[in-house]
Amino acid sequence: MSRLHLSIAMAAALAALFAAPMLLGTFSITLLNYIGIYALVAIGLVLMSGIGGIVSFGQAAFVGVAAYTTAWVTTVAGGSPWLGLLLGLVLTCGVALFLGLITLRLQGHFLSLSTIAWGLAIGFLFGNMESLGKHSGISSIPPISIGSVDLVQSWQIYYLIWAIVCVSLLLVYNLLNSRLGRAMRTLRGGNTLVESLGINAFRVKVICFVFAAFLAGLSGWLYAHMSRFISPTPFEPIMGIEYLMMSIVGGMGSPIGGVLGAAIITLLKNGIQDYLHLLVEAAGQLEIVAFGVLFIIFLQYAREGILPRIRGFLPKITPSRPITADPLPVRSKPEPGSELLNVDRVERRFGGLIAVNQVTFDVKAGEILGLIGPNGAGKSTMFNLLTGALMASSGSIRFAEEEITRKQQSTIARLGIARTFQHVKLRPRMSLLENVMLGTHPRTRSGLLRGALRLNRHEEAQVRHEAMRQLERVGLGDKPYELAGNLSLGDQRVLEIARALAADPILLVLDEPAAGLRRHEKQRLSALLKALNAEDKTTIMIVEHDMEFVMGLVSRIVVMDFGEKLCEGLPAEVRDDPRVQEAYLGGTA
Amino acid sequence: MDLNIASILAIDGLASGAIYVLIAVGTVLIFTVTRVVFVPFGDIAAFAALTLAALEAQTLPGTGGMVVLLACLATAAETVSLLRHGRRREIPGALTYYLALPLVLVGIVWLAKPIYSESMWLRILFTLMLVVPIAPLLDRIVYRPIADASVLLLLIVSMALHFTLVGVGLVFFGPEGVRTQPMTNTVLELGPILLTGQTLIIMVAAIVFSAMLYFFFDYTLTGKSLRATAVNRTGARLMGIRPERSGAIAYIIGSLMAGVSGILIAPVNTIFYDTGFLLGLRAFVGAIIGGMVSYPGTVAGALFVGVLESFAAFYNSALRDVIVFSLLIPILIWRSIASFHHEEHDEE
Repeated sequence: MSRLHLSIAMAAALAALFAAPMLLGTFSITLLNYIGIYALVAIGLVLMSGIGGIVSFGQAAFVGVAAYTTAWVTTVAGGSPWLGLLLGLVLTCGVALFLGLITLRLQGHFLSLSTIAWGLAIGFLFGNMESLGKHSGISSIPPISIGSVDLVQSWQIYYLIWAIVCVSLLLVYNLLNSRLGRAMRTLRGGNTLVESLGINAFRVKVICFVFAAFLAGLSGWLYAHMSRFISPTPFEPIMGIEYLMMSIVGGMGSPIGGVLGAAIITLLKNGIQDYLHLLVEAAGQLEIVAFGVLFIIFLQYAREGILPRIRGFLPKITPSRPITADPLPVRSKPEPGSELLNVDRVERRFGGLIAVNQVTFDVKAGEILGLIGPNGAGKSTMFNLLTGALMASSGSIRFAEEEITRKQQSTIARLGIARTFQHVKLRPRMSLLENVMLGTHPRTRSGLLRGALRLNRHEEAQVRHEAMRQLERVGLGDKPYELAGNLSLGDQRVLEIARALAADPILLVLDEPAAGLRRHEKQRLSALLKALNAEDKTTIMIVEHDMEFVMGLVSRIVVMDFGEKLCEGLPAEVRDDPRVQEAYLGGTA
Repeated sequence: MDLNIASILAIDGLASGAIYVLIAVGTVLIFTVTRVVFVPFGDIAAFAALTLAALEAQTLPGTGGMVVLLACLATAAETVSLLRHGRRREIPGALTYYLALPLVLVGIVWLAKPIYSESMWLRILFTLMLVVPIAPLLDRIVYRPIADASVLLLLIVSMALHFTLVGVGLVFFGPEGVRTQPMTNTVLELGPILLTGQTLIIMVAAIVFSAMLYFFFDYTLTGKSLRATAVNRTGARLMGIRPERSGAIAYIIGSLMAGVSGILIAPVNTIFYDTGFLLGLRAFVGAIIGGMVSYPGTVAGALFVGVLESFAAFYNSALRDVIVFSLLIPILIWRSIASFHHEEHDEE
């Protein structure tokens, strides 16, 4: 399927959407209106839960905040619906920002439990506040008017609703293919990688969360002015789980899944209402049962949603190779031989265990330094201290004349230290190219607005070009759109190096890059690292326990044992040092 | 507020707290053994109250039909799964456990209809016989097929199951609220404080059941195997413990505790088919205070929720739930700071 086919399909879908009110009866249009309104919330949930990994049961509360705000503004205060929109969105986003700032550091299911908590608390608030009409709600809400036209008929507001849905979809897709969107897509699967790329994971989560609330707010505004009456019921927790259901049923992987899910659930509910009473008398009571049962069965057999199943039948779009673009700006590298990293009497304790004890060494610009030692020597702890994954208990670490001992991981990454992982950390469902593009995060600037409005095209082309260049450089340039999860371990390690290189690092730190590699893969890796060091003047530090691999590669070695520095020197000196031999072999022969 | 009112509120709070203790401890038990956040616990407590009320009214409670329905579904699920895995020989066992046993329990209660009015203790026994099978059967039908899923997915399923059960409750019990006869009319006078016999029974029951659970875990092999499953499923399996069996036992115990709590609360509060959600969630706040792992923490947490709720209701009865659930957020934050855990578990 080419871009042309896609455009034709989209044009046809838009034409159908446009023509629908002329062909359908009022009831069907109203149904479509509900689908559109629910879809907005579900799109936000896909972005937040499916892509960002923040599962929320509380979206209905956000819908309610906006709906009640606009209802209050237009009835009690006598303002226009547009003022209601403005205030509703400001208040919804404000509440979301506040809740996000205090809860988004929570992990996994604790975060989701907190969404139940505030979802309930806000839901109860609506039904218990005198000014919001308590359980009887607010009625006689005026319709939205555009110019002199009041959007009273369902076909009138239909166009507004679906215009907003289409624009939102477009913005979300743009966003997902931007710098910020890529950061969002890395959130699932742990913070360590995200932070090591110089991305502030917490900040990205907050943006995701507030953006989803913004869409829920839009939905609430439309809902209030379409139904012209609101009560607490549609904003109760059960609706929150229904929204979640929509996004899961549709497919959490892609925003269009939200629209699909909203349509399926709304039509299904409507169908259950229509046909259930033919089967049993107590239809109203069984509706929720039938619904819950269907959802549970769905979760048991098709967790991924409908979308991935449909996608299997569609031909794939093959993107073209990235075009040449201006290079991204490059950091000025320090003078070769000058002191780049200085570790001074660094100590790290875990309770009573001293994992790193008073270690002092430095790394000179332009060299390849090996940090070696037997298992349990404290190498990995040292590595984590350098990259900010752990904080030193005492001592100081300076990088390029800057104190980094107490700095955040992402800050250290932005200063120019790029790393790889002993246990490879990639995003297996993203392409090789996208994985490498992630590396350029600290070198680029586009944020939410530029991403959503596609004002970032120039920068994106540069990023793609740079990522392609690094892929080619490490020898993975032949299939940039392969999924990273399909590579062999050796290639995955190399891909990690390409990603690190895309950050234009001053210092590249590699954590056991040879672990699990076969002999010829090790040789290839060694040659690659030598070439990188020679071409770019990139300083490299390798933490490794494979002596053979290190000896042929590095210019200098620091040896650690039992948390302390044993010695340092040229590879040959270190090899002949009896203390090193004893540490590795348990005594000189 | 003078000391008098404060002491009344505190006792009131401790009594509801004691109810939440029973539900919360069950929630923690199930979470640690099976990783399922079993939201519908409150519903089971509410069903127990409704069952007891129906027995008092000399009618066969809706729980009977519910258990028969669940037993049929669970048997079908188990039989299909056994056939598919070619384990035909285990089918009779499955039929006994999932079909015959629940049906016998329901049958006894059904046949005993003439003696419902005989004694309260008999009615309580019948109530427990009907309520206890619910959670283990739900486990087989709903959670067993997705035992490998993430905690989050299991939580979503639990939420869906809760709303389903509320609908089922409406079908089987109807919309009327019930309140059962008090178990005792004794009132103790301790200086200025009045202590009703019911409050005392609730507190004693909470203590007795917590103590029984403690002894079960510390002094019986089955209890220890449950703890082993909670700590490490794979490790437990290697030691010959079947996690499914541990899960089933956890559900039975949890179901029993939820049933007891429902019976205890029934004379104090009016219970509707959908009361369970709030009951369960308040208990749940208590469980989270205990970090979903610590039993003493859970007991303290649930009592704290009860007392807080009682005082909140005194100041602003409309907003008491808002206050209780808003409290959950600072607790969660404190919990997540207090407990260090590995975050890299949900790799794509």
